[in-house]
Amino acid sequence: MAKITYCEHDGVEHVVDVKPGLSVMEGAVKNSIPGIDADCGGASACATCHVYVDAEWTSKTGPKTPMEVSMLEFAEGVAENSRLACQIKVTDELDGLVVRMPQSQH
Amino acid sequence: MSDGAIDLRAEARAKAYAMPLEDINLADPELWRADTVWPYLERLRKEDPVHLHPAHHHPDGAFWSITKYADIMAVDINHEVFSSEPSITIFDPKEDFTLPMFIAMDPPKHDVQRKTVSPIVSPANLHLMEPLIRSRITKTLDELPIGEPFDWVDRVSIELTTQMLATLFDFPWDERRKLTRWSDIATAGPESGLFVTEDYETERRTELFGCVDYFTRLWNERVNAPPKGDLISMLAHGEATRNMDRMEYLGNLLLLIIGGNDTTRNTMTGSILAMNQNPDQLRKLHENPSLIPSMVSETIRWQTPLSNMRRTATQDFELGGKLIRKGDKVLIWYASGNRDEEAIENPEAYIIDRERPRNHLSFGFGIHRCVGNRLAELQLRILWEEILPRFPEILVLEDPQRVPSVLIRGYSSMPVMIPARS
Repeated sequence: MAKITYCEHDGVEHVVDVKPGLSVMEGAVKNSIPGIDADCGGASACATCHVYVDAEWTSKTGPKTPMEVSMLEFAEGVAENSRLACQIKVTDELDGLVVRMPQSQH
Repeated sequence: MSDGAIDLRAEARAKAYAMPLEDINLADPELWRADTVWPYLERLRKEDPVHLHPAHHHPDGAFWSITKYADIMAVDINHEVFSSEPSITIFDPKEDFTLPMFIAMDPPKHDVQRKTVSPIVSPANLHLMEPLIRSRITKTLDELPIGEPFDWVDRVSIELTTQMLATLFDFPWDERRKLTRWSDIATAGPESGLFVTEDYETERRTELFGCVDYFTRLWNERVNAPPKGDLISMLAHGEATRNMDRMEYLGNLLLLIIGGNDTTRNTMTGSILAMNQNPDQLRKLHENPSLIPSMVSETIRWQTPLSNMRRTATQDFELGGKLIRKGDKVLIWYASGNRDEEAIENPEAYIIDRERPRNHLSFGFGIHRCVGNRLAELQLRILWEEILPRFPEILVLEDPQRVPSVLIRGYSSMPVMIPARS
């Protein structure tokens, strides 16, 4: 299990254990964490699971896929550390990961 | 609704399963107008989910019908193989009347034009618009007659979405119904009843040239003034759009007019119809208004205001065991994917608190996903936040008239009556 901290935009933190193999998006949805809509269900096709990955973790969450880059083009408030949570696969190495959510999913 | 509707559905079902598969023609507007298309879609999903229609099914030739949720998603997100050029409808562009618009463009041009207009529906802008939208909705609802029949489509759905559009364009307020007319004309075929002569194509073009002339006056006003937050000003000052020619301007205008008008309009009407057919869901909503956002998503799925989008294959591609060839026309039927039992549990039912109401295809997926989806949801949410405390029920008096369109799942009229205010 990897411990993942999801921070809502207003600062509320949710710390949950997520099974390796799931995506960071699925970890949020399965634990009913608000702020991640995941309209497309994990296909990197809607950008409604947009998160910011804390700086110390960006090297471990892997590169963005080309489709993810395309979808982030049209998301709101995109930054260098923006990711689609459905494209980050949880591994033991990500134990302790912190992701922050934008004001709203768009 | 009435028993007559049930008979019609049973009859359509028997017919859909009796005819040879190759005779099923989803491009027949009558199936959509009569709302009898569902068993045909169901049969294709079961028996031939990647289906090739013969050339005689449509004036512009053969086309594929993709009817299952997962296949539709696969096509929608693969914009390199499935291009949005030259058209996103079943009709090919007419050589002498081509309307470029960013929905029917591929990257990179699509990306920059879309980004020019998308700030108008940014979360910050929606937040600013919310009080205005609410005040208009409350005014429109408060003026509705009590205890006498009226047309919900005209009095509420058209009125509210046209007001919204006029605001987004900063369009002359008293002439805003011109926008409704242009929206209707742009998507209408000969069977729509909107044209007076047989030469409907000439009539349509004449009216659409009138549309672009009107908007050119607005453009000239705005381009000579400092940039402001309306769509015309954004286009006139935007790096990627300020040099558009007349036809590209018209194309993008129609995209925004249809996208910002027809779809939300018909979902507003659909929400009233769905609640009439499912009184238990209305009760649930009255008991728990916090379900409104979920109800909005469910209604958008249930209505699917655009039944399909068209793509064109840029290379040979195998899908569901079939070989789609380079140049083939591919229709992805959102209306069918949204009823696919393999993707959505109990898809025929209207369930306002279903588990994943946002997992529907109505906005499309991938780079062409509806840019105004949050604005649509906002309008529908506020509409119902204001209906619930005012009206215990809104009765649909007879089946609505549906438009005979293969693309637009919409209503031209729906007589209703509000028995009493709360």
